[in-house]
Amino acid sequence: MRYSLRRVLWEGLRGQSGWKPAWREPEKRDSYDVVIVGGGGHGLATAYYLAREQGISNVAVLERSRLGLGNVGRNTTIIRSNYLLPGNIPFYEHSLKLWEGLEQEINYNAMVSQRGVLNLFHSDGQRDAFARRGNAMRLAGVDAELLGAAEVKAMAPLLAMENTRFPILGGLLQRRGGTVRHDAVAWGYARAADARGVDILQNCEVTGIRVEGGRAVGVGTTRGPIRAGKIGLACAGRSSQVAAMAGLRLPIESHVLQAFVSEGLKPLIDCVVTFGAGHFYISQSDKGGLVFGGNIDGYNSYAARGNLPLVEEVAEEAMAVMPRLGRLRVLRSWGGIMDMTMDGSPIIDRTPVEGLYLNAGWCYGGFKATPASGWCFAYTIAQGRPHALNAALSLDRFATGALVDEAGTGAQPNHH
Amino acid sequence: MRIDCPHCGPRDRREFSYRGAVLPLPEPGAADEAWFAHVYLRDNPAGPIEEYWQHEGGCRAWLVATRDTISHRIHAVRAAAAR
Repeated sequence: MRYSLRRVLWEGLRGQSGWKPAWREPEKRDSYDVVIVGGGGHGLATAYYLAREQGISNVAVLERSRLGLGNVGRNTTIIRSNYLLPGNIPFYEHSLKLWEGLEQEINYNAMVSQRGVLNLFHSDGQRDAFARRGNAMRLAGVDAELLGAAEVKAMAPLLAMENTRFPILGGLLQRRGGTVRHDAVAWGYARAADARGVDILQNCEVTGIRVEGGRAVGVGTTRGPIRAGKIGLACAGRSSQVAAMAGLRLPIESHVLQAFVSEGLKPLIDCVVTFGAGHFYISQSDKGGLVFGGNIDGYNSYAARGNLPLVEEVAEEAMAVMPRLGRLRVLRSWGGIMDMTMDGSPIIDRTPVEGLYLNAGWCYGGFKATPASGWCFAYTIAQGRPHALNAALSLDRFATGALVDEAGTGAQPNHH
Repeated sequence: MRIDCPHCGPRDRREFSYRGAVLPLPEPGAADEAWFAHVYLRDNPAGPIEEYWQHEGGCRAWLVATRDTISHRIHAVRAAAAR
């Protein structure tokens, strides 16, 4: 069923009786060409691009609970491509370009809003670093503007420009960055993949990976075994456990990242603002709530909840950059489990087990990457080798030394 | 989360900094693969894990805590030097 204004009007006239579920609940088949483990944004996008770009539609996506209950619905919905390193910029820019055409392509309203992402800087040294990042972006064909204090003040009047400790000297603005409604990304990709013949199997947890003669040939699930020509893992947060089923040990630690949403307000912040003296980012949802977050808690965790010291830190940063938020009540907070890699960049690659492919290590930058991650992972699975866009995001880079370390903090995941 | 420092008693998590899992150190002359695994690869268990914390805001001693990564419950803490 195609969604359109005409369809909305027509259904309005006949009591909304014609709407159908957006995707099927198919029976599990015994065998698929490709099985994707993980029905989050990346897994669903991979299935969609396998069918659309690679012509492989005999695909199953296995999700252990229901769609959209994992990290795809737990992030702060920001999209951007303001990266520094050559291994990252083309990949994230490809993602942003896919976001720009996504809604028309999949006929689904994901509320892609290019409202701008403004990274504040607070010292001369940081201005230089941001200018360098902006130049790297522009050299790669990405939009970036370095703003002075007056321009920043005009754009976001709530900011504490004269903060004694962290004065705002300016910002690096990417106007094409913004936000997307994250649930709709999962639903939209699920519907689009389903329409191309992909089976989405919910409540189907993978319990084992069958390897015969060094080749992955199938998975065991709570709904019975499934044979597969190729298997793609897209289960960030739980990558270590699932990869261990095939005997792999990954350069990944799982950490908890908290996010927060305030009570609803009238329009207050019309772009995404990040505080450069710490790690704090904030935007306003179309419903009116302020959506914000900060650092990971800093210790290994699989609990989808964090601890109070980080809540305090995020609140302090909010007060440093926008003191008027002090009277605001936080409606709720939650945690998500992040695959933190040893260099802070993700992995989209083959594995030492033939027929087994890995999409993991998204740290806390996975949401914005969803389209390109699915696009590149689909290519890697179908062609058996990485695309140029994800060539640098290899699994063996930790052994060869070709790390993609944006923060430059070394093999210490809680510092990325 | 409170960590029961063997020297100072139970203290707030804010007083401690985190290093990560306790891993056996390869022999100095070990092969590159052993050092690669030590620096980069992790078991990353969902459940009990032995890990280094430093009581930075207290006695400054390095500690080994056995903590459950699912519940955040800390089962045991000992001084790293007491191994």
